[in-house]
This record gives sequence, structure tokens and C-alpha cells, in this order.
Amino acid sequence: MRLEYTERQKAFRQEIRDWLAANVPSGALPSFDTEEGFAQHRAWERKLSTASLSAVTWPSALGGRGLDLIEWLIFEEEYWRANAPLRVNQNGIFLLAPTLMDHGTPEQKKRFLPRMADGSDIWAQAWSEPGAGSDMAAIRCKATRDNGHYVLSGQKIWSTRAVWADWCFGLFRSDPSSSRHHGLTFLLLPLKSPGITIRPIRQLNGLPGFAEIFFDDVRVPVENRIGEEGEGWNIAMATAGFERGLMLRSPARFQQTARRLVDLYHRNRAAADADPSIRDAVLKGWMDAEAYALATYATASRLARGGQIGAEASTNKIFWSELDVLMHETAMSLLGARAELMPAAPEAAGVEGWLDGFLFSLAGPIYAGTNEIQRNIIAERMLGLPRA
Amino acid sequence: MDFTFDDQQIEFRDAIRKFLMVEAAPESLREIWETRSGRSNDLRAKLADQGLTAISVPEAHTGMGLGDLDWVLAQQELGYYAIPDSLSDTAYLAVDLLKQLPAGNALAASFLPRIASGQARIAIAHPLNPLTADAENAELLLLWHDDEVHALRPGQAKLVPNQSLDMSRRLSRVDWTPSATSRVCGADAGRGIWADVVNRAGVALAAQLVGLASRMLDLGIDHSANRKQFGKPVGSFQAVKHHLADVAVKIEFARPVVYRAAYAMQKSDPQRAVHVSHARLAAGEAARLAARRSLQVHGAMGYTWEADLQMFMKRAWALEASWGDRGFHKTRVAAHVLGEGAALGPSQTF
Repeated sequence: MRLEYTERQKAFRQEIRDWLAANVPSGALPSFDTEEGFAQHRAWERKLSTASLSAVTWPSALGGRGLDLIEWLIFEEEYWRANAPLRVNQNGIFLLAPTLMDHGTPEQKKRFLPRMADGSDIWAQAWSEPGAGSDMAAIRCKATRDNGHYVLSGQKIWSTRAVWADWCFGLFRSDPSSSRHHGLTFLLLPLKSPGITIRPIRQLNGLPGFAEIFFDDVRVPVENRIGEEGEGWNIAMATAGFERGLMLRSPARFQQTARRLVDLYHRNRAAADADPSIRDAVLKGWMDAEAYALATYATASRLARGGQIGAEASTNKIFWSELDVLMHETAMSLLGARAELMPAAPEAAGVEGWLDGFLFSLAGPIYAGTNEIQRNIIAERMLGLPRA
Repeated sequence: MDFTFDDQQIEFRDAIRKFLMVEAAPESLREIWETRSGRSNDLRAKLADQGLTAISVPEAHTGMGLGDLDWVLAQQELGYYAIPDSLSDTAYLAVDLLKQLPAGNALAASFLPRIASGQARIAIAHPLNPLTADAENAELLLLWHDDEVHALRPGQAKLVPNQSLDMSRRLSRVDWTPSATSRVCGADAGRGIWADVVNRAGVALAAQLVGLASRMLDLGIDHSANRKQFGKPVGSFQAVKHHLADVAVKIEFARPVVYRAAYAMQKSDPQRAVHVSHARLAAGEAARLAARRSLQVHGAMGYTWEADLQMFMKRAWALEASWGDRGFHKTRVAAHVLGEGAALGPSQTF
């Protein structure tokens, strides 16, 4: 055990810190769930990629820097510390890319990953369906093979970023006689394809953060399939635990929130201390954010020594999502009667992005597999309890 | 940056685990309860054979010369098996204290080899604990007095036993009068020594609490996988699964905090008090939840004297307030987090 950074790691941190100081936009960008904000976030992705910083763990040939997970954590720490923009291409870079790295052909990697890295293609996910949410194996959207193509028909829902994204990835039922996780195929397709209708869904904050996607005989060439026909479920799951468990939410995000929460507490201390549970929650937020960082460093170190990630993916998801809710609820308490003010309201100064953050934190226990599903996974795969 | 234990440390842990599984089964612990001393010389000799009493005794005094990171894994096992012994106080805390006494003090030279060989038991009296553990069994008492270190032999203090809920604990009030002859170290040097004792006790108890939490979780899993109702194991019901999954999450995120605290002690990190108190709070929370949830999934069985769960629950409740209660540790964390100009946030973890 050696909990110190190497000289190389320190130099990397300094490089990132300097680059971000020179390049991070001074004011917050508009939300990427607006047309204008989406375009500005895409431009930011492009800027990151000019310094090969949009996907630092990827090989340099594909637009990354070939860095290891510890260096990735350092990058994330600097990124959040600098209040840099949210990543509009997160679905692509952190959810799809790991699958492409493992299961894509060399041609597919060359075709999709560099354009993902420089923001040319922003990706949306197309997993859930009206009848397949937590029960993802209930997918019904059809992919019928026809002359070198799959013809898609059906509906997807809760597709994050689908309103303005360029491409989507998802699972489709290629074997009509199959059921559950058999007979599913992993496909990539442009959202501008003929036959696609996008219907935006307004979220709690009023913005169209996700959408329904309707497929009416949408033709997708077979080259856009990842892995073999019918193997989609295993492909989607294989890298799910590994990268998503670790990379979906880096600890730095929560450490930055914890730090802002301490600042907010100091600014409102006199009123806050009338309710001692607030101070307790501020401390708990800091401790749990540190614990999440320590756990992630431990996992990254273990993986560097050839270890495997297991059910950490599920324990992580529960831990950070509950932590995020705790911190934002506490911020709302600290803001008291001003907490309800929309950011543009004249008296909202000092309320910062807490309301937005609060609303977003509430999605955490739901997306990427509800926390109830994660608890089932922990109980069955980690603790060995019998399946229902 | 490498947040893993080396192979040797893992092997040592595994050897201890295997040994305790056989030698410290709940039924033998229950037998030891019934003895007056609550301690077994036979078990202590076996622990010494495993090297557990020699871990941090310097090699010059026939010990292994290892440190906090080696201890932290062993302490988890001591918690998991609820070892009814003053092992940690003697071989971890007292050893460190004796090593730090001013040069020329005879206590270190006379006691360190006897600790390493498993012969000596030492108890430590500190104002954070109104009662002292294992004083009756100790052949040396090390006591705090205004930051000075004092040492007494049996008979030089009056001990008033106080029964604990935990049948393995042996607690006493220690009535004594400090004197020039009992003093072995003045307050100037003593202040740092006692601060280290408190922090090492914190790491030890945090690691034991994580071990206890894991044991209570395992007992809950065993019970709910075997006990059938409505024609199936109760562990197949989501309500039960989720109770136990929550405990697993708490343990997963307490463990690295405890390891980090041990590392901070080993490296004399200036922030070690914060790391230790964070570890205590995280581990305490995990153990508290494990006790509640494991009892709940055990149903009425968990409420009996017969079920082994009680041994681990009671130990966890007792340890959580030893060497500083929650308020003490929270205050130390708050002093850092809410302090002027605290270095918080991303990039400040290490």
C-alpha cells in the first residue's frame, strides 16, 4: 500500500489543472437539454478532444491518451474541481465505448470511437421500452433481418439525450420466437434514419432530458451490429459491471458537491444550527464522499493488479446515488425558503445550481438500474441469497 | 498510488482467519464466558503461536516488527470471531505505548519480550473509558493522569468489577493514586503518546467493528437462506434481501476508510485523527445497521440467548462507545471539515 502519487501522476495533474484553468468557460453553460446548450456542450467536447482529454483512458490511436484508472481519477478530480461543463457525450464515452472496445470489430472502433471522442457524434441510449424498464429482458422492439439489414419496428422510451443526439445504441429482438434475454441483438443507428420519430419527454425541471423513440421499419445495415446476432444481452452485460460500475459517476463529482455544501453551510450557519441534523448531514456528506473516493481508488488499484470488478458496480450505484440525494436535500434545507427559487429569479442569488442538482439527484436511485434492482443483484450475486 | 495490501499481508490475514475459525468457534467462546477471568490461557498461547502477540513488538525484543497495516487486517478477524481477549490492548496499544516511553525506561525491555511470547497481559486506563477493560487479568496497568503515563502492578490499585452486557467483557473501575513512583513519563512526552494510543485504539476498534458487521451479515445470510416460510427460504423474499444488501453496502464503504486510517497511523499522517474518527464513525454505522438488520431477518430466533448473533451484537454495541463515543469522533471530524480554510473536495483525498 502506497497512498501517494508518483511524480508522473503529479505532473499529469498539474498539466490538467493548467489546461482546464485556461480553457473552462467562465460562466456555466446553458443546460445540454436545451438546443443552444446542447450545441455549446458539443463544442466543449470538441475542445476537450483537441487536447486528447475527452476520453483519457482510450488508446491514443482512437483519440484518448491510454491512461490507467488512477490517472483517470486524477483527471476527474481536476475536472470537477474546475467546475468544467457536464459531459454531453457521457452515454457514448462511458456506456457504449467500453462495449465497443471489448466487442467491436477493428473497423467499428475506427468508425465510431474517434467521432465520439471529438463530439462529432453524440450518443443516446435506447434500452428501456414501455414494457421493459427494470425488467430489461422484456424487450419487444423488433429487428427483422432483410437483405443485409435489420428492419426495426417498435418503441423505446426514457432515451437520455435522444432529443438532439446523433446516434443511439440499444438492444432489439432479432429472434421473434425468443424470450427474455435470448434472441436480442446489439445495434447502433443514426437517429436521423428514415422511419424514426422522436417525441421529447419533459422532465421534472421542464426540459426534454429524455425522449421516446418510435421505429417504423427503420433499416440498419448489418455492419452496425456489435457482436453476433442474438448475443446482445451478454454483450451489453459483460462490460456493464466493469466500466459502468466504476466510471459512470466518478467520486470527484460528489466530493465537489460535499465541498460546496460545506461552503453553503458556513454561509447559512446561524440559521442552520437551529436544526442540528443539518450540520450532521453536512459532515456525513463529506465523509461519504471521501469513502466513495477511497473505495474507488481501492478498486482501481485492485484492477491494476489484475483483479476483477464484481458486485461493487451495484454497491457503488446505491452508495453514490443515496449520498447525492442526502447532500442535495441538505442544501435545500440550508437554503430554506429560497430553495424553491428558479435560477433566473431575481432573489435567487446564492442559490446557485442547488435546485437543479436536487432534482437531478432524485433521478440517481432510479436510472442505470433502480436501487431496488441493485439490491437484488447484491443479495443474489454477492451474498448468495436464493433467487425468488 | 496503490491501495492494496501485499501478498504477505493477505496471507497472514488468511492464516489468522483459518486458525480462528477452528479455535474460536462460538461454543468455545461461550465456555470461556463461564470462567471467572473470562480469559483462556490456552487460547492466548495459541494466539501467540500464530504470531498475533508479536506483530508490532520490535525484532530486537523477539517480535515481528510490523505495523498498523498488518494489524488492521488481523483486527478485522478478531472482530469477526469476537475474540474474548485483551490481545489488542496488550499487543497493539500497550506495545506502541511502551515503545514510545523515554529511553532507559525499564518497562519496555521487561515487558515487550513477554508480550511477544504471549505471557503478559496489559490493561490501559484512559479517561475516554470510564471503566477499564481487562484490568483484573493484567499484570501491568498503564494509566493516564494529566497526560502523564503511570504504571501499576496488580494490587497497587483497587478494582471494582462492573458487569457488561457482553459476557466476554471484563470491566473495572480503577481506583488509584498517582505518585512519583508510579509515573513513568511526564506530560510533555505523554501527550503525544496518549494521542497515539487513542488513535490506534480507534483503528483497532473500527477494524473490529467492520469484522463484527461482516459476521452479523454472514449469520443473517445463513439464517435467511435456510429458514423456510411460505414454502421457500425467507432469503428469497426481496424485503429480506434488501435488508441485508444495505448492510453489505455499508461494510463495503467502511472498509477502505478503515484501511486508510491504518495507513495514516503507520505514516504518522498529520491528519490521522480525522481519518481515524471517520473510520470509527463509518465502521460504527455499519456494525449498528448489521446488528439491527441481522436481528430482524433472524426473526424471534435472533432474540434468543441460544442464537450466536447475540455475541456479535453485544460486542458491537459495547465497542462502539469505547475509546471515544460517536460525539467524540464527530467533533474531531467537524474540527477538520468545518474548520477555517480546510482543504476539502476533489484532489484533497491523499
